[in-house]
Amino acid sequence: MNRSWSRREMLKRAAAVGAVTAVPSSVLGQPNAAAESYANLNAAEARTLEAGAARYIDRALGDALAAWRAAYANGLAAVDAHARKSNGKIFAELQPTEQDAVLRDLERNVATGFAPSAAAFFELVLGHTLEGTFSDPHYGGNRDFAGWEMLGYPGLRLAVTAEQQRMTAQPEMTRLSAYDLPMFEGGAHDAGDDHGR
Amino acid sequence: MAVRLDKTDVVVIGLGGAGGVAVEPLTAAGLDVVGLEAGTWLAPKDFAPDELRNNYRGWPQAAQKANREIPVHRPNAGAPDSPRALIHPMMNGVGGTTLHYWAQSWRLNPWDFRVVAETRRRYGAARVPAGSTVEDWPFGLDELESYYDKVEYALGVSGQAGNVNGTLDPRGNVFEGPRSRAYPMPPLRGTEFTDSMGEAARRLGWRPFPGPAAINSELYQNRSPCLYHGFCSRGGCHVSAKGSTAVSTIPRAQATGHLDVVTEAHVTRIDVDADGRAAGVQYLKNGETYVQPAGAVLLACYTYENSRVLLLSSSDAFPRGLANNRGQVGKHYMSHNQGGAVLALFPHKLNRWYGLPAQGVAVDEWADDNFDHAELDFIGGGNLWVYSDQRPIAAASMPTFGRAPRWGSEWKAFVMANADRWVNSYLQKTTLPYEDNYLDLHPTVKDPLGFPVCRVTADYKDNEKRVAVFAQDKMEQWFREAGAIATIRAPIGTMGVTTHAYGGTRMGDDPATNVVDRWGFAHEVPNLGVLGASVMGTSGARNPTLTAQALAWRTADRLAKNWKQIGT
Repeated sequence: MNRSWSRREMLKRAAAVGAVTAVPSSVLGQPNAAAESYANLNAAEARTLEAGAARYIDRALGDALAAWRAAYANGLAAVDAHARKSNGKIFAELQPTEQDAVLRDLERNVATGFAPSAAAFFELVLGHTLEGTFSDPHYGGNRDFAGWEMLGYPGLRLAVTAEQQRMTAQPEMTRLSAYDLPMFEGGAHDAGDDHGR
Repeated sequence: MAVRLDKTDVVVIGLGGAGGVAVEPLTAAGLDVVGLEAGTWLAPKDFAPDELRNNYRGWPQAAQKANREIPVHRPNAGAPDSPRALIHPMMNGVGGTTLHYWAQSWRLNPWDFRVVAETRRRYGAARVPAGSTVEDWPFGLDELESYYDKVEYALGVSGQAGNVNGTLDPRGNVFEGPRSRAYPMPPLRGTEFTDSMGEAARRLGWRPFPGPAAINSELYQNRSPCLYHGFCSRGGCHVSAKGSTAVSTIPRAQATGHLDVVTEAHVTRIDVDADGRAAGVQYLKNGETYVQPAGAVLLACYTYENSRVLLLSSSDAFPRGLANNRGQVGKHYMSHNQGGAVLALFPHKLNRWYGLPAQGVAVDEWADDNFDHAELDFIGGGNLWVYSDQRPIAAASMPTFGRAPRWGSEWKAFVMANADRWVNSYLQKTTLPYEDNYLDLHPTVKDPLGFPVCRVTADYKDNEKRVAVFAQDKMEQWFREAGAIATIRAPIGTMGVTTHAYGGTRMGDDPATNVVDRWGFAHEVPNLGVLGASVMGTSGARNPTLTAQALAWRTADRLAKNWKQIGT
């Protein structure tokens, strides 16, 4: 891997845990967080994408999602071009309501300059944002399990009792990554998923 | 130069759900078997509970031959190709897709073997849809019963019998055909939610029951009971509670000393001798070509690959592909009409975060011919299934039932409140074969070796679309009775590449319309057997694997008992 972050450093970097749910952050209804350094996105691209999900996408573009690298570069440039055309500024510098309007233009496929289409790029980013925000923190998003907490998901368990499956049950959140569990050490991994942990 | 290996008795191509079962009766009879598997062995340490890897990135990535030859779909011969799937729905590995499947292990109902005869008898011949090539199976459920039984006990299937030797038990499926004895294990436990769905079904006058699964509900064959951890769908079992062939039949076959498992073996063709009999197979491993001669060949890949291997194995005796001199390879293709689910929103939490897709409640009232079709405009029906299985990415990807946008702060508030209040359903519905639904080789799309991939030309017809709407009506009624406050009907979609693919090498007595005979051996190549759902002539309204496995055991048993006549 071209990046090496320890888990502790990763948590330290999670300055904006509340902003972990984000496409651009506005997709998930969150304020922008400060830009960090990324391996596969430049600073402007990262600002556009934002926070926890951006961290996930940044890493994944270097391995599992490498096939989408060009789509992101072109798509994010087109987002800024559209933002400039409609509001005179790049996406990251817009107010949240202005960002929402730009994103709606993408979703409704009325923004131009995208290949194959604005809507296709919107769906791509939305899908990867959901992946990043709600996947195992091993992959760089869902920092400090904020995504799972948002959903009320009580976390990984290797064995679950009948009582824990009752509709009113509220099992304590485990706050575990699958790769914290010793029994999966040395097991088959996703291609290139050794994110320095 | 190819490496020519010593001749073996039987070579099995693919050690998945079907081939992995067949090796047990073959080796028990003392036949020497070489099992060629494109994937590798996987172990519990490989089965981390990781939704992203399992469900979004096509787990596991190692030795995925299938992902390099994903079939290409088009709805009909005049349409352009559909966008190609990024991930093959099946996987390579010793045990194949039984490593990561839902493990729902149904027997077909009696009607599925006699669709034509029963439709004529009850409603008249005109009710068989025009253009369908459906035929009755060459035998009925009674012929397959003892093989279903063998496989249920060999793999370990949990379930509640509904009909033991004709005695009905309303705790199980009263529509199933007679079975000779109960399942080897009681059913998986229900949850408060699935139990509440069962109560709702009973209020409607239906007879709900827990579905059968090749997953231990208690200690079986020294393997753990299920721990309900929630990563069963497209995930391997970390305690081997799932009855994959990799932890049951294959190790037992190895223990006889008669099974040689060759992993990462990429089979490229089946060879024939001067008499047109199968002589053996060629495969690639680590860049080397090997020729494995054999007395009999059992082709046990997935449905798409079974037809493809035959079509790629052309020769002087079989210029259009092996066993295809009558042009039947690739014909009578069906998928399973799995689309068109109903999704429901409830006013309270359901706690579906744990469990497994096989932990659920079924209704069979509206499947097959279990209800009167006299006033309806279709034949067949659907099995309704609701289960406990939810993971975070999928939960957050929920539809918003028209109550919130798909993103932004309103979306976030909606998902925070409702991520555990919605549920999907699984409606498996009758799909018939038609003249113009078929498999062949793609004219331009090739795998990295230069061989054309499989092309799927298929779409749902009127009968399938009507069944889908009917099943959705019933499912919506069931959810509403259980207290759902909103429902959504998913579109039926088209017949793309799927985990439930049937046909292409159909089984039947008439060589003009079927590739294999009633025992599973090619009409044109008597020492070539075909295993898998590719031999099935009807889909049924339930998961195919157990039927494919019962047929595989039966074909292997036939070969072992008639070795001198069939093997050479």
